[in-house]
Amino acid sequence: MSQPVSALRPDLQMIADWVSPGSRVLDLGCGEGDLLAWLQAHKQVSAYGVDFDVNNVVRCVAANVNAIQGDLEAGLAEFADQRFDHVVLSQTIQAMHNTEQILLEMLRVGREAIVTFPNFGYWENRWQILKGRMPVSDDMPYQWYNTPNIHWCMLGDFDELCAKNGLRVLERVVMTGGRRVTFLPNLRGSLAFYRVTRG
Amino acid sequence: MSSNASSVGIVSAQRALFETPLPLAGGTVLPSYELVFETYGQLNAARSNAILICHALSGHHHVAGRYSEDDKAAGWWDNMIGPGKPIDTNRFFVVGLNNLGGCHGSTGPSSIDPASGQPWGSRFPVVTVPDWVTAQARLADRLGVERWAAVIGGSLGGMQALQWSINYPERVANALVIASAPKLSAQNIAFNDVARQAIITDPDFCGGDFYAQGTIPRRGLRLARMLGHITYLSDDGMGEKFGRMLRSGEYKFGYDVEFEIESYLRYQGDKFSDYFDANTYLLMTKALDYFDPAKDYGGDLVAALQRATANFLVASFTSDWRFSPERSRETVKALIAAGKRVAYAEIESVHGHDAFLMTDEPYMNLMRAYLQRVAVEVAA
Repeated sequence: MSQPVSALRPDLQMIADWVSPGSRVLDLGCGEGDLLAWLQAHKQVSAYGVDFDVNNVVRCVAANVNAIQGDLEAGLAEFADQRFDHVVLSQTIQAMHNTEQILLEMLRVGREAIVTFPNFGYWENRWQILKGRMPVSDDMPYQWYNTPNIHWCMLGDFDELCAKNGLRVLERVVMTGGRRVTFLPNLRGSLAFYRVTRG
Repeated sequence: MSSNASSVGIVSAQRALFETPLPLAGGTVLPSYELVFETYGQLNAARSNAILICHALSGHHHVAGRYSEDDKAAGWWDNMIGPGKPIDTNRFFVVGLNNLGGCHGSTGPSSIDPASGQPWGSRFPVVTVPDWVTAQARLADRLGVERWAAVIGGSLGGMQALQWSINYPERVANALVIASAPKLSAQNIAFNDVARQAIITDPDFCGGDFYAQGTIPRRGLRLARMLGHITYLSDDGMGEKFGRMLRSGEYKFGYDVEFEIESYLRYQGDKFSDYFDANTYLLMTKALDYFDPAKDYGGDLVAALQRATANFLVASFTSDWRFSPERSRETVKALIAAGKRVAYAEIESVHGHDAFLMTDEPYMNLMRAYLQRVAVEVAA
């Protein structure tokens, strides 16, 4: 019954690899539902997505993804405690006002949070700053005056935020251009992936 | 502007007589009753493509199409239902009915009580949303529909869709609950009671038995409708449409109609009092007030919905303050807690509660997307 699902974007595939088959998944900022549609087809998850944009909700509906229209900044009141195995926040945390709150909310409603964000410490960003300009790249495709991204961080910053809230980092992966980076990740990695749980 | 290509065309109503007594939530039994209904599209061989449309307070069975070539008004949801429309009659067999207690042809307070040969009037029992659902299920039996591909309704109609999913879990594949609520708030009940008081205190109401007196409680009905109408529109929508516009362009320093909004509401009230039955109005508002599917489950809506096996679409409209988005969110929250499949959209609209009948683009897109999925699901 599920429609054929095309290949996932590499960063979403990375997230999908962390999701256990048959689990309960909540995707915050689910967009058009690509990740959840793939997970439903390939890992038989039961899933909900949340998105602010009604047009995304419509596309999710078309893709047979349960989408709930809502504002993440307002918290996750629709979801009861520990309802999910995985709660995903993909490249969204840097655009949120209530950064710390959403992280805690994710671990209220779920056992494990998967958070991804563009690494501000990536060498190309540093290089652009050295040249006297705010960084613009594939993962950060905005100018300073129109960027929705208001809370930039590097790997160490996110580690510290987790530690401050008593959260345990289960796994961290850093990628550039769809490939994993293990050597000098905070310098050579453009996208960070974290699996986090309560301490 | 609607071309015939997207209309169900000329339609006619049908009647079904039910002689099996219907026990009602209020404790009485209706010995027999008639339901008037319309259908559009074809029931497929597998009988899997039927959709039930549940109407709201003042709605009825004439949901789409026209009664004749020169019929000025199409059915009340003609923008949503027809060939190629979101509820596509090329794929679905669509059923609309007038609920029990209505005044458009189904048995109601203005019908003749066979026992006395007089109109039922004040003796017609109050019926509830669960009673309607039971009567609708019997109509489904009659039509050979074992399981609805979808039950769809806005406002009070959404309550019926939700009730269907709980009372007949195996008979509903999808429930579309639009601009609705899991139960009324105190404020909502209060509005209903003011409307009822307007009718009941009209001397022409005659305790509900005005038919024999040859009167109609027109003033009461008119006030009830005017009040209701205010609550169906949003402040912004009303402001946009009428503002402080004056009919004559200047103050008259009197109490006649001066502002356009006054004129509009009086017109709506007059029109309504010409065709709607006062007892039906009372009954419909009571059905709204009593609706509370969680009541039988210790007030726990999650427990009530646990039984449901349907997939759900819940939608609300940003400027609807009579059935606000927060109320729809209560339903969504309970559905998620019960582990049900649900999609929820909060449509940006200036049309207030009436938005569920309007043609806001994201709303139409949402309905189209959902029902396309349903069509695939049931191989319509």
